[in-house]
Amino acid sequence: MSVDLSQFIPSFLEESFEGLELMESGLLNLQPGDNETIHSIFRAAHSIKGGAGTFGFDSVTDFTHLVETLLDEMRDGRREVTNADTEILLESVDCMRLLIEAARDESDYDTEKVAQTSSRLAQTLGNEQLTSDENVSVDKVGSESATGFNIKFVPEHSLAKTGNDPLFLFSALAELGSLTIHANTNELPALMDIDAQELYLSWQLTLIGEVDEEEVKEIFEWVEDECLLELTPIDNKLPQEKTENEPTFQQENTTAPAIDETTPQIQESQIAAANPKSADEKATVSKTKAKTEVGSIRVGVDKVDSLINLVGELVITQSMLSELGNDFVMEKVERLNSGLEQLLQNTKELQESVMRIRMLPISFAFSRFPRLVHDLAVKTGKAMELVIKGEQTELDKTVMEQIGDPLVHLVRNAADHGIEASDIRVAQGKPEKGTISLDAYHQGGNIVIEINDDGAGINRESVLAKAVDKGLIDANATLTDSQVYDLLFEPGFSTAAEITDISGRGVGMDVVKRNIQALGGRIQVESTLGKGSTFKVNLPLTLAILDGQLVKVGSETYIIPLIAIVESLQIDNKLINRVSGDMVLYRLRDDNVPVLPIYQLFDLETECIEIDNALLVVVEADGQKVGLMVDDLLAQQQVVIKSLKDNYQQVAGISGATILGDGSVAMILDIPGMISMALEKAQYAQKFKNGGDSVKAEVCI
Amino acid sequence: MNIQAMAQDIPVEGEHSIEGVDFITSGDQYLTFLLADEQYAVDILCVEEIRSWETPTKIPNAPGYIKGVINMRGVIVPIVDLRLKFGIGEASYLETTVVIVLTYQNDDKSRTIGFVVDAVSDVLNVESVDIKPAPAFGGCVSQQFIDGLINSEQKVVTILNVAHLQQVEQHPMNS
Repeated sequence: MSVDLSQFIPSFLEESFEGLELMESGLLNLQPGDNETIHSIFRAAHSIKGGAGTFGFDSVTDFTHLVETLLDEMRDGRREVTNADTEILLESVDCMRLLIEAARDESDYDTEKVAQTSSRLAQTLGNEQLTSDENVSVDKVGSESATGFNIKFVPEHSLAKTGNDPLFLFSALAELGSLTIHANTNELPALMDIDAQELYLSWQLTLIGEVDEEEVKEIFEWVEDECLLELTPIDNKLPQEKTENEPTFQQENTTAPAIDETTPQIQESQIAAANPKSADEKATVSKTKAKTEVGSIRVGVDKVDSLINLVGELVITQSMLSELGNDFVMEKVERLNSGLEQLLQNTKELQESVMRIRMLPISFAFSRFPRLVHDLAVKTGKAMELVIKGEQTELDKTVMEQIGDPLVHLVRNAADHGIEASDIRVAQGKPEKGTISLDAYHQGGNIVIEINDDGAGINRESVLAKAVDKGLIDANATLTDSQVYDLLFEPGFSTAAEITDISGRGVGMDVVKRNIQALGGRIQVESTLGKGSTFKVNLPLTLAILDGQLVKVGSETYIIPLIAIVESLQIDNKLINRVSGDMVLYRLRDDNVPVLPIYQLFDLETECIEIDNALLVVVEADGQKVGLMVDDLLAQQQVVIKSLKDNYQQVAGISGATILGDGSVAMILDIPGMISMALEKAQYAQKFKNGGDSVKAEVCI
Repeated sequence: MNIQAMAQDIPVEGEHSIEGVDFITSGDQYLTFLLADEQYAVDILCVEEIRSWETPTKIPNAPGYIKGVINMRGVIVPIVDLRLKFGIGEASYLETTVVIVLTYQNDDKSRTIGFVVDAVSDVLNVESVDIKPAPAFGGCVSQQFIDGLINSEQKVVTILNVAHLQQVEQHPMNS
């Protein structure tokens, strides 16, 4: 029976990337003498090698073999775990990732890097061989000199059930040398008694050739537990009992499934694992990202079970309702109502359960940071550590995928600009080691991610000086702290004295802000000079559903995201001020809020153009408050966001559309977009005025 | 009657009628429709469905010929009034006014847009050799939308290029 192996490749890749992450985090926490960690790293590498071999990814197999050899030596205590070794292993993990990605995309990889790393690995191994005790090398030489083996292979009857096919083993053996096979059919029962899934044969094999015993054993590695295997070298005729497995392998077989069991939560697929390490790698990764966008989610069985339960309830409710509808009389209206209520409940729960499937713990986005900070510490020569809190906070998969890069930027910034060199820190009475902390928690319907460092803080004066220098602000302008910090997000803005390859080119912070805004989130900065800075990223939990306030303008219904609304109020005539010509301001306590009539911005017809009849919804975006003038406030409800881009295009001032209860479509307002629209419009009107044409901006008061 | 037995009787090529059922087995099929009293046609394989007119939700600041979006079984579909886009006839919305929803597959992206027309008329069976290029003598329909002309009885039918029809023009913010 031949099986199409290619169908298993995606899960192999997924598992491999998980394995790589496991190796990476293990290596970062590795202490000398910590055998448990070394074992788990070894197991991860070993599974990757095994899988890659099965699927014919030879480059991965060969490279991983070297890594495995080094790990093996550490595991057996033949090698001390040194920092240099850990570095090489970390690099090797990168290379393995490159190789697996290349295998996935059938693309090329950075051969130079891989060759370099593998030669360094070989070198490390070579050094070891010189100093290793003679027993080992003698043993090796002894087995290497064999010119062949007699192999007795008696598999258990259930071998085929575990997915192993002796034919594969034999063809692998045949590649090592010339192979003669004798099948023993003694145990074959009568045709009547044969169970088609059992394996009744055993084999006597003779392999002739310059073969290393290790190589032969490796082929049988996956079936060792389930067979009686005797290897006899041909030349010296010494029968070597191999019925017993090496203890290490036994351990592997018992613990490998345990890894899978301990991670039954949803696991993000390749994308999160394939985190870019350097700029050029990033380019290749982002190229491949598009290809793999249709990632998969691993869902915990409990979540699926709860879904099935809910669907069961839904079916019951449905049948109850349809029975009710068969011969409906007015007396039954009460039962109908309760049935509908039940339906509502079911639908709500079902929706929540489905949403929960998309939720992943944020540790998937955080997992890359220990490595990043470790690398940054090496690169910058500063001592720093990373503290991660709240990594179990759950977040929508899509949001998670898109927040990764902005977070990397922020952490790099904290490491490069925030944390000072150790001597400066000591001189300032701070602990020598800088601390960068990542914290995630829920707040309202949002998730907040804080990136905090105990470094130098943001120097208000130098930011201001730079901004004046760049012509972003007037030299005499007085700005609040938050306005000053907002300058950091201007394109091309950097206060770093020298440009490093980590950060300082001023490219990035504006992208960070844009990305976060694209996700419907916002970023705030808090900083104390000399004490450190905190970047607070506020994100919606999910991109698929939004709490909205329905408003009416003319004949159209619009949805304002609840998160943006500060308050809604009846307009008080006395508080309306007209200033600087055409601008309409509404006095909201101490603030003056500019009024934006939606009908004007969207070019709609409405009878409600008088400002004193209208309602004002005060919204905030980018720290700017504006009052949206609407005809009426309708209900508040959760809406499912549908993209306009699928069949149309992005529309200014609109973030998407949704379908209301009556089947009609309503537009969801994009508050920051509307504000910038209004600004553009005002500038346009002003240009006309300055040009001599006295085109008056139409503001109907 | 047994459909399978019927199917065996159908010759491979040509147009046939068996017991009042039409079978067309050659050439490409086009759906024709009316804009004012002119006949137009689109490839029938692109037609997703034909719906009656319903007032769509407006898209802010969109060009006049984009009437808005509708909900087609959970999918947001923009509605383009072809009469306004081409400047033919009057854009009145009567009971016979219909929306032809077209889906066009381009690479791996597909786009679904509804087009308002005055009426749907017929399905034409056309051999590709019968499609004649349209003479470039003005007319208010831009050449890029036209694949060619075909003669259908006494009338001339303009075959429209669905790929070009589906392209959404960037509408600048009208300040």
